[in-house]
Amino acid sequence: MTPRTLYDKIWDDHLVATRADGTCLLYIDRHLVHEVTSPQAFEGLREARRPLRRPNAILSVADHNVPTLNREKGIADETCRLQVEELETNVKAYGVPYLPLLDDRQGIVHVVGPEQGFTLPGTTIVCGDSHTSTHGAFGALAFGIGTSEVEHVLATQTLPQRKSRNLRVRFLGALPPGLGAKDLALALIGRIGTAGGTGHVMEFTGPAVRALSMEGRMTLCNMSIEGGARSGLVAPDDVTFAYLEGRPMVPKDDLWDAALTHWQSLRSDEAATFDTEVALDVSALAPQVTWGTSPQWVTDIGGRVPDPAEATSADDRQAMLRALDYMGLKPGTLIQDIALQAVFIGSCTNGRIEDLREAAAVAKGRKVAPGLRALVVPGSGLVKRQAEAEGLDRIFLAAGFEWRQPGCSMCLGMNDDRLEEGVRCASTSNRNFEGRQGRGSRTHLVSPGMAAAAAVTGHFTDVRQLMGGQ
Amino acid sequence: MEPFTTLTGIAAPLLRTNIDTDLIIPKQFLKTLVRSGLGRHLFSEIRYDADGRERPDFVLNQPPYRAASILLAGPNFGCGSSREHAPWALKDFGIRAILAPSFADIFFTNCFANGLLPAVLPMEAIETLATVKGPLTVDLPAQQVRGGGHTFTFDLEPARKAVLLEGLDEIKRTEANLGDIDAFEARRRLNAPWLEIHTQP
Ligand code: SF4
Repeated sequence: MTPRTLYDKIWDDHLVATRADGTCLLYIDRHLVHEVTSPQAFEGLREARRPLRRPNAILSVADHNVPTLNREKGIADETCRLQVEELETNVKAYGVPYLPLLDDRQGIVHVVGPEQGFTLPGTTIVCGDSHTSTHGAFGALAFGIGTSEVEHVLATQTLPQRKSRNLRVRFLGALPPGLGAKDLALALIGRIGTAGGTGHVMEFTGPAVRALSMEGRMTLCNMSIEGGARSGLVAPDDVTFAYLEGRPMVPKDDLWDAALTHWQSLRSDEAATFDTEVALDVSALAPQVTWGTSPQWVTDIGGRVPDPAEATSADDRQAMLRALDYMGLKPGTLIQDIALQAVFIGSCTNGRIEDLREAAAVAKGRKVAPGLRALVVPGSGLVKRQAEAEGLDRIFLAAGFEWRQPGCSMCLGMNDDRLEEGVRCASTSNRNFEGRQGRGSRTHLVSPGMAAAAAVTGHFTDVRQLMGGQ
Repeated sequence: MEPFTTLTGIAAPLLRTNIDTDLIIPKQFLKTLVRSGLGRHLFSEIRYDADGRERPDFVLNQPPYRAASILLAGPNFGCGSSREHAPWALKDFGIRAILAPSFADIFFTNCFANGLLPAVLPMEAIETLATVKGPLTVDLPAQQVRGGGHTFTFDLEPARKAVLLEGLDEIKRTEANLGDIDAFEARRRLNAPWLEIHTQP
């Protein structure tokens, strides 16, 4: 048999039919649904009088529009409330499993899926959300889709697909202490650019990936889409299996044993060839900070804001000038000299328990810099509960952070958590696009530890200088 | 869906690189429950100032381009979020074809579901077309863009082309494979029983 990559294997396992025109029909095992990209899909289904093929292959939850304060009182913003109510009406009408707003298990879809054991190795997972790539951390082929495709999956449990190319990312060497998956992801995107992975599925390999927890692998795969790849993959191993065992929707007993045998075969064959290879030595990496309005515009904490005069093309120069103007930054400024007015810790990139532990370890015994607003938003109710059981909430509150209820929050500010024009924020989220966190807001992407370090010092600081407590 | 064959219209140049879906249609307009009406919010944050007044320097606010049905853009158009609100907004504004050197994958797919043509042309061709006075013609059957005496051809996968030319409904097409889907599910229940969902969350 021809050697195959992990992606090839999952693809082959899900091929329902190949049409005369060459397009493939791929079976979809799991479908995550949230309130923003599903209303028109359900409406389409209803108008065409089509049944929903497999309601129990869906897990639905509201996350983008939900308030992170006083949720018990309901959603004050009418458009937000209507969208959540629309989801609730649709899931009820079609018998789709739903985690209600006040349920402890509610949270960001990409945090909730893995927590519930809905995300399994070797499956195909889709969601009307580009960060569906997160679930690739389990060795699942997971990718974001548009609303028409959401409707297609609701109706047929399949999607017409073209096969992507295989891209292997090899991280060489061990990551230095104080650095994590976010630094890996940002450094990679800095190298290949935001379109570097377009048309590819990325598989992440190397000792630095094997050393990551599931949380870290999710952070890494989450950011694949920022590198242009619809999906990222990490081959499952004992770390994966240990995370999964005992979760509510994970198979049990004999089924677990059978699943495990299959999952252990889910890896790229030694001799498999990849269309594209990227290698990155991470043994001397320093904490990463973005300075522009694209995740590829990144440098390390010891770096400076670059000079557009050094750009290699006129287009790049124009783009950099516009980014620096938008960001209110001058070329040559030391990253460490950039002062911040806000810090956001949360999102499907870095809103998991390990991320909060990392930030709390830095915040412990320190105070948020005067005048700075710092928000901690757990990725789910279960993350929140766990953090509270560990006392992380008290550490954050004592330091002057706000401790909120779970949701997407200030990652994109569809709810009330938005930045004012011109406000500069260190954020653990995934996108620093113009206006992402609020019109005119200025976002710098960093790891949770770096965000906490920025919060307590008021400017970017190498988190390694603050490690080990005060 | 409305088929796409040949389109002749004004082409608006917006030659930035990495035009992301947040820029095409910002989050505050994602709260809608319908597909229509997003055209006036297209590029909202660069098209209007903070008080909602049009910015005169933005291309779609300038006379000939207000009626644009073609958009000329830089590489990696449509990167970022999966929001189909981006093609909905473009279409509602009146754009039917986007010409760019490259597109982000999800956006590219979303276009076809909405009768929009994303055509890939080299940057030099885009820059040339941006200098053409008067309308351009996008000829899908011939896979050509013509204007100002220039002709450029673009590649397009035949299956994608058919979807646009015939205005095909993808779900209806897949329903022809329902027998295959049933058979696949039956096989899978035997071969990979752990994939069945036995427990609700
Ligand atoms: S946390 Fe941010 S990136 Fe993740 S799903 Fe929510 S809005 Fe999207």
